[in-house]
Amino acid sequence: MEANFIQQLSIFVLAIFVGYYVVWSVTPALHTPLMAVTNAISSVIIVGALIAAGPESMSLSKALGFVAMTLAAINIFGGFTVTQRMLAMYKKKK
Amino acid sequence: MTELHANLTSLAYLVAAVLFIMALRGLSSPETSRTGNICGMLGMLIAVVTTVFSPEVQSYEWIVAALVLGAVIGITIAKRIAMTAMPQLVAAFHSLVGMAAVLVAGAAFTNPGAFGLVGATGDIFVASRIEMGLGVVIGAITFSGSVIAFTKLQGLVSGAPVSFGGQHYLNALFGLVILALLVYFCIDQQPWIFWTMTALAFVIGVLIIIPIGGADMPVVVSMLNSYSGWAAAGIGFTLKNDALIVTGALVGSSGAILSYIMCKGMNRSFFNVILGGFGGDSSAG
Repeated sequence: MEANFIQQLSIFVLAIFVGYYVVWSVTPALHTPLMAVTNAISSVIIVGALIAAGPESMSLSKALGFVAMTLAAINIFGGFTVTQRMLAMYKKKK
Repeated sequence: MTELHANLTSLAYLVAAVLFIMALRGLSSPETSRTGNICGMLGMLIAVVTTVFSPEVQSYEWIVAALVLGAVIGITIAKRIAMTAMPQLVAAFHSLVGMAAVLVAGAAFTNPGAFGLVGATGDIFVASRIEMGLGVVIGAITFSGSVIAFTKLQGLVSGAPVSFGGQHYLNALFGLVILALLVYFCIDQQPWIFWTMTALAFVIGVLIIIPIGGADMPVVVSMLNSYSGWAAAGIGFTLKNDALIVTGALVGSSGAILSYIMCKGMNRSFFNVILGGFGGDSSAG
């Protein structure tokens, strides 16, 4: 279990560096779309909600998972759709 | 279940993570931005489908219901919203991620067995307690902070900074109490500790955001975005889920950098904005 934690810590730290370097060159006009897409991606928390909502029998935990899933799903569909709308507008202006 | 299945799951999560990185990268320039958005969607699709087929998920009715409900509400809002209302929409969306993180942590706490977090003694692993504690606290701050940011941007409350004497001391006190509760939670896994910690985190989320003025809100929204990433990563450690850890870290650090870049663009000091009331406005001190 300890070895597993170190492994997870490693990918966590490496991912922080990737996130750090990947957005430095963003054009100012794309700040809001980038924020919107980052927001949509952060709803990957739905993975945790899926596991909570997964068991066969009903429980408080499953109900919480269901609500969490719905909230995250709103965010996923809403976030990507709204980003697409913004980007479409950007293209038209050009 | 089997080793093959576990390996396939890890591989699929890896592909999803790479797609998310490409999405963030793609959004940096206009030429690649649309491809970037599509990468993001694909990554999310892969992450969701992979999890649905994992052995932990055994019943599908509620999952399908939640997905359909979320899709209908999300797409309707996204299509109808005025382009000028974009910052507050993003703030509102953040609050959902924060709340989802709180609920997932709550689900893990109330039914730790289902998540494999219980040791032979019947107690939740101490490491898991720290991780779910951090996840629930950051998630709660993200939620209430985003709600305040939303009400300010939407004009429901005045955008003027709200500050009062001893504000920073009060915030520090709240922070310390939450920290103490987190330590206590590691010693004794009482439900009241978990929920008190959560409630205090909701309050401090409000306290952190009210002293920040309306003009600085976009930076705050981006900062909250970063918080939602850290919350997801915390939950990822709890659930030992690589997709959540990687993506959470990615969102956490890129969100922080983006808010820094936005501050520089507005010629504002990053720390003045984030700490609100410090420096800049002498009226606060």
